[in-house]
Amino acid sequence: MLEIEIDGKQTQVPAGSTIMDAAQLVGAYIPHFCYHKKLSISANCRMCLVQVEKAPKPLPACATPVTNGMKVFTHSELAVNAQKGVMEFLLINHPLDCPICDQGGECQLQDLAVGYGGSEARYREDKRVVFQKNVGPLISMQEMSRCIHCTRCVRFGQEIAGVMELGMANRNMHSEIQTFVGRTVDSELSGNMIDLCPVGALTSKPFRYKARSWELSRRKSVSPHDSLGTNLYVQVKNNRVMRVLPRENEDVNECWISDRDRFSYEALNCSDRLLKPMVRVDGSLREVDWSVALDYVAHGLKDVARTHGGNAIASLASPSSTLEELYLLQKLTRGLGSGCVDFRPRRRDFATDAKMVGAPWLGLRLSEIKELDAAVVVGSVLRKDHPLFAQRLRQLARKSGKVSLISVTGDDPLINLNARITVAPSQLPFALAAVVKAVAALKGIETLDELENVQPDAASVSIAESLLADGKKAVFLGNLAEQHPSASTIHVLANELGRLSGAVVGFIGEGANCVGGHLAGALPSSGNAYDMFVEPRKAYILLGVEPELDCHNPGMASAALKQASLVVMLTPFKSQAMLDTADVLLPVAAFTETSGTFVSAEGRIQSVAGVCQTPGDARPAWKVLRVLGNLLDFGGFDQESSEAVRNEIVGNPGEFAGGLDNSVAGVSVRLEAAQMDLQRISDVPIYFADSLVRRANSLQETRDSVSPTARVSAGTLKSLGIADSSLTRVVQSSGETVLSIAVDNAVPFGCVQISAAHASTSMLGDMFGAIKMESA
Amino acid sequence: MTILGAIQPMLTSGLDGDNAWRLEHYLKRGGYSALKKVLAEKISPDEIIGEVKKSGLRGRGGAGFPTGLKWSFMPRDYQGNKYVVCNSDEGEPGTFKDRDILRYNPHSVIEGMAIAGYAMGASCGYNYIHGEIWEIYKRFEEALDEARSAGLLGANILGSGFDFDLFAHHGYGAYICGEETALLESIEGKKGQPRYKPPFPANFGLYGKPTTINNTETFASIPWIVNLGGDAFLNAGKPNNGGTKIFSISGHVNKPGNYEIPLGTPFSTLLEMAGGMRGGRRLKACIPGGSSSPVVPGDVMMQCTMDYDSIAKAGSMLGSGAVIIIDETVCMVKALERLSYFYYEESCGQCTPCREGTSWLYKIVHRIENGNGREDDLELLESITGNIMGRTICALGDAAALPVQSFVKHFRDEFIYHIEQKKCLVPVDIQRAGSGFFSALS
Repeated sequence: MLEIEIDGKQTQVPAGSTIMDAAQLVGAYIPHFCYHKKLSISANCRMCLVQVEKAPKPLPACATPVTNGMKVFTHSELAVNAQKGVMEFLLINHPLDCPICDQGGECQLQDLAVGYGGSEARYREDKRVVFQKNVGPLISMQEMSRCIHCTRCVRFGQEIAGVMELGMANRNMHSEIQTFVGRTVDSELSGNMIDLCPVGALTSKPFRYKARSWELSRRKSVSPHDSLGTNLYVQVKNNRVMRVLPRENEDVNECWISDRDRFSYEALNCSDRLLKPMVRVDGSLREVDWSVALDYVAHGLKDVARTHGGNAIASLASPSSTLEELYLLQKLTRGLGSGCVDFRPRRRDFATDAKMVGAPWLGLRLSEIKELDAAVVVGSVLRKDHPLFAQRLRQLARKSGKVSLISVTGDDPLINLNARITVAPSQLPFALAAVVKAVAALKGIETLDELENVQPDAASVSIAESLLADGKKAVFLGNLAEQHPSASTIHVLANELGRLSGAVVGFIGEGANCVGGHLAGALPSSGNAYDMFVEPRKAYILLGVEPELDCHNPGMASAALKQASLVVMLTPFKSQAMLDTADVLLPVAAFTETSGTFVSAEGRIQSVAGVCQTPGDARPAWKVLRVLGNLLDFGGFDQESSEAVRNEIVGNPGEFAGGLDNSVAGVSVRLEAAQMDLQRISDVPIYFADSLVRRANSLQETRDSVSPTARVSAGTLKSLGIADSSLTRVVQSSGETVLSIAVDNAVPFGCVQISAAHASTSMLGDMFGAIKMESA
Repeated sequence: MTILGAIQPMLTSGLDGDNAWRLEHYLKRGGYSALKKVLAEKISPDEIIGEVKKSGLRGRGGAGFPTGLKWSFMPRDYQGNKYVVCNSDEGEPGTFKDRDILRYNPHSVIEGMAIAGYAMGASCGYNYIHGEIWEIYKRFEEALDEARSAGLLGANILGSGFDFDLFAHHGYGAYICGEETALLESIEGKKGQPRYKPPFPANFGLYGKPTTINNTETFASIPWIVNLGGDAFLNAGKPNNGGTKIFSISGHVNKPGNYEIPLGTPFSTLLEMAGGMRGGRRLKACIPGGSSSPVVPGDVMMQCTMDYDSIAKAGSMLGSGAVIIIDETVCMVKALERLSYFYYEESCGQCTPCREGTSWLYKIVHRIENGNGREDDLELLESITGNIMGRTICALGDAAALPVQSFVKHFRDEFIYHIEQKKCLVPVDIQRAGSGFFSALS
């Protein structure tokens, strides 16, 4: 530890600390712009110059290492003169028109100019003009004359997002921040640059000139989009969500949020909102009062149960539903005598259900990822499925942790990978088995009998070696691994890998309540999320699900809904498909409008309050389900608040849920490759993943939202005999469509990658099923 | 190159004929004998560094830092690559000595770098050559080929077991790439912008490895020191200012060019070597060490000797040894305008005081020169230079500020005249009389 005195206050800091670190410890504020605790030090703004005893010149606090016995003065005449001098330089070319700047009121430069700026400008020359740039639908670079060249955005790209999309071109005062000529900023984390920008140079395009920061009330929330439990501030004006910002939580999202978390709020104010309950009368949907709609539903469900048995009713919820909603839905379904309830619409293989010891989870806390020495991710489109989880792994790899990826798509995770295996989906269990085998061979111990014929290759040995090194290790199963037709085999193999290597095994989890759904008991005792469509039911209750986009086999799901006599949808939005298939549409609250609880992948229980009112007649879904329970005369539907519902499930909750365990007993490994001429690979594009982001306009204009193509390697195309075609007719189950072909040699041979969750592919079948491709 | 008969040159001796740069010619002049001696006699690295320290050799690139001391900063027991880098990014206005060393005597640099590599335990070196002297870059590549095929570079040099690879790398003409850490960034393929120090290159240099960067002329002096000893080198100059040095003389002299003289030679002698003042005019001012060094009034300059200490006493710097001679036909406001434009243009734009300050300085001087000066402009210039100096990442900020401060200090009357009268104190016809351009026209 080193002794340091700052403005007369003594403290001790570890070796390697900077004066800025020490100042934060003693609570001395040193003005700064380019310094950011999560980014590398660049020392270019010079605002943090301070006086150091014995140093002839002022030194930048952010970059000057503390030496033992150092004495620092942050407000001495020398320091303040230097700081004022820098402030003057920063302001000479900066427009002094804060009242018309979108950043006004929340601008670091504006704030510090109050303390360090002069009241009159000595600069009387022409000011620099920097042209605006168009870098896509999310970030506005309309006002680049305001840039102070701190390069936070550049360093964010290089270090956090993993891709340098912005750079500083040119020299001297003509330096400007820009993309490579004509490119857009496409990172899934790009919005953070808006937060990082200390001035009004990078602003939010969707939010620009919509409101002033001081008009907004700042309310806490949690993101519903992925399993991370990202902490948010939702900013509201006149009962309308205007903007979403990160709420710093070092253990969860640090100070970042993904663009999906940041910009999905636009969907809340879209024209697709369902505002009144609707009931199908004589073939067409009519708006009715809640009492009529709920009576209709209660009677309809009772009728089906009486006539066809309870199991003729199936319930399916989105994994982004709140814990309370999932709990009440399964309770209602079970009350009707059905065990057919699920919250995992994209799952295919359910063999581990009821064989698990506890609820599947991440296996460790998010904050422990940085302590890992090796991590293996199986079956994930990391950046698109879990942008911030990928970011944590990226930082791990930057710090010499070994990260390996076994998956089916060739996308670039922007992580410095130790090893990578990309195989056809049908080969994924074999690839994982090869790593298990390699670990067993390296350790000279026995493993599962079923792996007798598996031969590890160089890549699997490399992954095995990374898992056998000393330290903490983890194997993570991604969304693809859970959606896979052999998900149970992958799960058992991962557990075996963990047993042999000492690695923790975890599920990254799809949806905000991937763990919560298990705690809520929203699991089938008969008829899972896939089977409920294989054997069509008479009645369906759908909570926040759009089956043609959210299900593993959308074509089959749509067909099953069509034949049902009663389809009840609890949804914040309406779509043409809903209007076509639903018998009852019940408008429910969307994200931010209802209180509720999310239990994230790491088991963190986070309850949030609703931050604004529901539009029209929409009501929080938990209340709708509770009233339905009353109307059906079921006991246990008397909760007065969502907290009361939650306490029924998890008691009086602590920080983390208990009962999390990835062990599974009595499920055997089945290594048999499905014989297919051509296999489909389905990714779930980041901005189509749930009903909210699908309707967020700005996100829909990004490069990640282009219509799906048939992505296939040149070799596969040649073997199919359609090498010279630009369009293809793809046929799967009973559906077919025409897509344009995108040649991508990273797609494994014998596979075609066609995204799920999009209207243009909603008639197709299984996400990883056999598919036919012919020239169109 | 011109060498005065009485003075014994070191760096430029024996450079006769068009083929003097060839390996064959260099060997005939006794070239590579220092490297051979070091390798054959297995002279210890410490001994070499000790000899360089003794020689009083100071960095010839501009800062004048003692070379032996710099070499001793390299970590001894470091496991892994270390680098020696030669800074031939000669961009300082007025300086043109390094390109002549590379043009006429490239093997002296190669030999010097190989010895430096041996002394500091580096097996790889780079010579970063200014981007605007392409033909010299190509010549150096040829010289490298010669040295390699003669077994004087590469693996196991002359059977000694010592490996040293040397590569030429050319920039694209940015002045800032002559700053040693910007140069390293540029070699690494990044934008040439200085790094914040600490860490210094000796600990975290090229590719994050310990690195020593020296000027071309510094390396070229090493063989001489090894051959004849540090004391002999020191005695060739004067105490604390060892050896000879090449001065690039430009401006209003009869014979501008490179002159190698022992440090400590009177300025008047140097001026005489360069053929004296053109047209016999009065020496108004001299910029003794390249455009970044403060200007010195002519009469003060005439009292100086050409060495680090004497020039420092006169309030300036020996710098890279670029002597810019200014006679009485020059308007000092116009001269400063040109200098300020250079620094404004060449600021890398990374840190605030330099990026914003250099453009502000230029705009003000430009205004004064064009008859739009204001009463408070000189005070403002002084204040701005004060806010730049010592507050930037690298020395370019200081380099931009020093000329402004010194010009305003020594020629304040000309600036005031400009502001008040909206024209030059030096009448236009006199300015034209002194200009080669206008005299060629008439």
